[in-house]
Amino acid sequence: MAERSFAKEVQKLKIGEGETFTGEGILALTKALLEAGVGYVGGYQGAPISHLMDVLADAEEILIELGVRYEANASEAAAAAMLAASVHYPIRGAVTFKGPVGVNVASDALSNLSSSGVTGGALVIIGEDYGEGSSIMQERSHAFAMKSQMWLLDPRPNLPSIVQSVHQGFELSEATNTPVMLMVRIRSCHVTGSFQAKDNKRPPFTVRDALANPRSDYARVVLPPMSYLQEHDKIKTRWPAALKHICEHKLNEIFGPGEAPVGIVLQGGMYNGVIRALQRLGLADIHGDTEIPLYVLNVTYPLVHDEFFEFCEGKSAVLIVEEGQPEFIEQALGAALYKAGKTISLHGKDMLPMAGEYTGQVMLDGIEAFLKKAAPELLPARLRAPNSEEKPALPDLSKTVPMRPPGFCTGCPERPIFAAIKLTEMEHGKHQIAGDIGCHLFATLPPFEIGGSTMGYGLGPASNAAFDGGGDKRSISILGDGGFWHNGLSSSIGNAVYNKSDGVIVIVDNFYSAATGGQDILSSRADNPSKATGHPIADAVKGVGVKWVRQLDRTYDVPKMREILNEALTTDHIGPKVIIASSECMLNKQRREKPLMTKAIKEGRRVEKPRFGVDEDICTGDHACIRLSGCPSLSLKKLDDPLRDDPVARIDQSCVGCGNCGEVADAAVLCPSFYRADVVHNPGWVEQKFGAFRTRIITWLQNRRSRDRLEFART
Amino acid sequence: MASMTHSAFAPKPHDPALDQIIKLAIMAVGGQGGGVLTNWVEHCARSNGYAVQATSVAGVAQRTGATIYYMEMAPMQEREPVFSLLPAAGDVDILVAAEMMEAGRAIMRGFVTPDRTTLIASSHRALAVSEKMIPGDGIADSQEVIAAAEIAARRFIAFDMEKMALDAGSMISASLFGALAGSGALPFERSSFEEAIKASGRGVEASLRAFNAGFEAAASGTIETPRSARAQTSAGAPAGPKTLVDQWNALAARASSLPAPVRDMALSGLRAVVDFQDLAYGRDYLERIDTVLGEDEPAKGFELTLEAAKYIAKAMAYDDVFRVADLKTRGSRFARVRTEIAPAAGAQMKLTEFMHPRAEEIVGMMPASLGRRLSASSRAMRLIDRLVNKGRRLRTDRLLPFAQLYVLGGLRKYRRGTLRHAIETEHLQAWLDLALSYRKIDYALAVETLRNRRLVKGYSDTHARGLSKFDRVMDGVALLAGRDDAAHWCRLLREAALADEKGEQLEGALKTVRSFAGQAEAALPN
Repeated sequence: MAERSFAKEVQKLKIGEGETFTGEGILALTKALLEAGVGYVGGYQGAPISHLMDVLADAEEILIELGVRYEANASEAAAAAMLAASVHYPIRGAVTFKGPVGVNVASDALSNLSSSGVTGGALVIIGEDYGEGSSIMQERSHAFAMKSQMWLLDPRPNLPSIVQSVHQGFELSEATNTPVMLMVRIRSCHVTGSFQAKDNKRPPFTVRDALANPRSDYARVVLPPMSYLQEHDKIKTRWPAALKHICEHKLNEIFGPGEAPVGIVLQGGMYNGVIRALQRLGLADIHGDTEIPLYVLNVTYPLVHDEFFEFCEGKSAVLIVEEGQPEFIEQALGAALYKAGKTISLHGKDMLPMAGEYTGQVMLDGIEAFLKKAAPELLPARLRAPNSEEKPALPDLSKTVPMRPPGFCTGCPERPIFAAIKLTEMEHGKHQIAGDIGCHLFATLPPFEIGGSTMGYGLGPASNAAFDGGGDKRSISILGDGGFWHNGLSSSIGNAVYNKSDGVIVIVDNFYSAATGGQDILSSRADNPSKATGHPIADAVKGVGVKWVRQLDRTYDVPKMREILNEALTTDHIGPKVIIASSECMLNKQRREKPLMTKAIKEGRRVEKPRFGVDEDICTGDHACIRLSGCPSLSLKKLDDPLRDDPVARIDQSCVGCGNCGEVADAAVLCPSFYRADVVHNPGWVEQKFGAFRTRIITWLQNRRSRDRLEFART
Repeated sequence: MASMTHSAFAPKPHDPALDQIIKLAIMAVGGQGGGVLTNWVEHCARSNGYAVQATSVAGVAQRTGATIYYMEMAPMQEREPVFSLLPAAGDVDILVAAEMMEAGRAIMRGFVTPDRTTLIASSHRALAVSEKMIPGDGIADSQEVIAAAEIAARRFIAFDMEKMALDAGSMISASLFGALAGSGALPFERSSFEEAIKASGRGVEASLRAFNAGFEAAASGTIETPRSARAQTSAGAPAGPKTLVDQWNALAARASSLPAPVRDMALSGLRAVVDFQDLAYGRDYLERIDTVLGEDEPAKGFELTLEAAKYIAKAMAYDDVFRVADLKTRGSRFARVRTEIAPAAGAQMKLTEFMHPRAEEIVGMMPASLGRRLSASSRAMRLIDRLVNKGRRLRTDRLLPFAQLYVLGGLRKYRRGTLRHAIETEHLQAWLDLALSYRKIDYALAVETLRNRRLVKGYSDTHARGLSKFDRVMDGVALLAGRDDAAHWCRLLREAALADEKGEQLEGALKTVRSFAGQAEAALPN
């Protein structure tokens, strides 16, 4: 069960011609695929396109009705490989994953696919995870399009343009026998807006039709000598076809006056940012009617030089707005101008920064700098003068406002695992620990600071391979269940078995691909109507030859986790030591159980609800518990007591009673200030009577003691 | 060439429609419902005939990171407007911050400017891990953000919207939405905001309650700053047998006759130590204060006695097993837990305590002489440890576990004879003597020495670590005694000790002290 349900929204996918669709970018993309008569869809979740996978999963019924096959692929490589269906068959296929890391994983299949070429339109929808909100290294997917000769679309970030680019992408792909990448940025995925819908289209040729009429043609297989021919085909046939198609169908757009001293060339995705900067400079109106000509590259690869030269005609300078690095477009266009003997001045990364997101301020500064240099007469007088606006002096808050990176949620089952590892390290010293991709990577941040690297999804244990030979202290690596099934089983576990690794591998199994939004995976425990779940990780690990496997079914048991960890670090066993620590992702668990619990309480059934608390007069304000937790619900409180210097721990009402506080207080011998209160809703008759009896006696004892001594009212 | 085409470029008059774009950014902490709030605003604006565009950078699924939602809206025209997907510094009309430091972050990023921005912020704090994990007080100062907001914002509305929402049984997104509506920053009727909540169809009643509260508070233009001064603790008379109350009154009168600057602290301290043990213990406390007072000087505002009143009380009311057992079993404590957990009517409550005694605690409860003998023998300590050292969960809503703690709490009568008491008293005396000896040469250093007691806190390992930090700071201070800047360095050492758990900063500070105090590193054993 994914974090966000689109069950309601997907009903919008059924609307037809003449109706208006209003909603989020990812839903619009799905609708566009259906309108384009797509035959199969798939992908692998990951921000910012996780929700696209969730939408597809929730829309499965609609897809089946239309004869569209939906596959939740095991990885981006698997997703890209699925596009093989479009190599021989005239079926439109689309897969989605994040870029550039997903494209990295998929690149083997993408290269083969590009070399083979396609018959049916093949679309790779890439959520480019770049800039604010990104969770990965900052690179560009652009390079993959260049090296494999795939075409890259980068539509303007509004719903009509994005929807149109899906149609255009399929058409371009079919016209050139080449797979097409459609890139959407973080904010475009989540941008809201409207577009005019069309009817959904059944694929004219379905995957079932293909199975009934199988085809093959060895000319498409990537083997010599065909692979040599395929390279030439890319350059001699597909490339010119693409240029022709892009020109004829006007995939790139030109806005603004025909004649002007300067112009701006931009990636489609940069359009709104450029317009906003021009609006602020008084050079565009609210509708985007601009006084500076814009050449909008909705296709950023390949570039159509003739179109570009035409745009440059009569201008003294152009600015290229290209986010990220290296500046592939600027290099290519610069070289083209030079070879053609043009004298127009070319600006780009000299006005705009080489690295980093083009935010509002960056864009404004860059375009203003360009205009000041190339056409100052276009700028309003106030901007031509040196900046004389007075800004009020603000106190420096940079030392005050704390960083707030993402971390484990309240009640997260991974927290006690890392508390146990931290306690083990306190006892036995620091170890070589490698992290992986997933929520568990937050353990590298304070307060745990466990693990110092991440090399890619499912590669945690593999990244410790150099230490497989062993030494004074064993290496430890972390692997999540998502990463395990994505790639880890072979690249990390199989690798460790074969190389007789001495290392300890901790597999964090929270029943979902949690960091991407809680999608089901093979080892999920929940029943999934259309997918096979319930395949234990332990069986898989044993299946590839791991002999030392320990399964912990309640990660909140910190002493037990410590014990297993100690055993793993000290055993004589030769070969990898694999610990599988399993407990359900608390976000998913709460989402599932909370409504059931509320219902049960309402119906008068007996329900126990745990929560933790801190006795503030026992807590001394040392915060040792927080250094083993970092839970959002475990916070601090300043007491109105002049004798107290430091704030004490406090647990707020968001506590879900996971038990970590008690376990850690116990395992680390911290302090006795924690208590757990289990509220028993609708207790039985006997329980009530017995409880009342106990309370009477306890109260009597308490009163007895109170009578003999002084008691101060507490503030 | 530029001049050739210039004529075609008579600057177009500024498009007045651009001024109608309302730019709204929401800065929140993951899990606060920023997405819900965005949807409401969007719904509300559309129903008022506005073109709207919302975006977010909701990346990973986790719930604790800083997040930002951004939207733009303008009256619908025939043609679609072009909106930006991200906020720009100096170009935001309404900034909604769902937490005080997020308001600070917005100001730092330039999203709050005096020419245009209405800043609507919840004054509560959701503490970041970096603030919480400091062994001392690492909480960022909201006052600094408030001061900046008052300069940076055109209008500034702040109050505790988190509490408001909780009181209404809802989420902060609802009270923020109310505050946004109440601020009048959006040109829409109140009813259309409420319609948006109703249309969303989930938890409508509670959301509307929180919305109303937020609306009213914002409409009155509230800026509610967090409490700056701590409430004065009243030295109200305690409850208890009349004879004891009379004796207390006499002691309290004695404390009240202390110099004015010391009085309140001494009363607080007196309460703490009497609560800890008994009235006689209170008398001991006042005597200790008198000793310090005898060495103090009025010209310094009795700073020395003030700090003594505070830290002697803390040192005397140390945390031992009896203390914990007593506090855990009190009627007032049971009442407080009930208030905090607030079980529904008819519901019962189980209560579990987490205890983990070690040999040290057991021996500490023994008569001093026996305890000393046992703790001198590592074999005996190991044996005791084997017997007792394990996590114990006590269900104090049950009779037997309650009785165990109740009896332990009652044993406090014998506390004065225990090993722990002897150790604590020795430590207290040594520290106090040292402070008074510094007093003779350096008043400020004596004050700082008293304040170093702050380092001793926690239980078991944490307590041991605190004591070791205390000792290391005191050793460092010993090198400095007699220098003009000794007090200054003493304070720096203490602050360093409180900054991190392992004491790395303290070690660095001590290195510096040793270097200039003439005790070169080289002289230390390698």
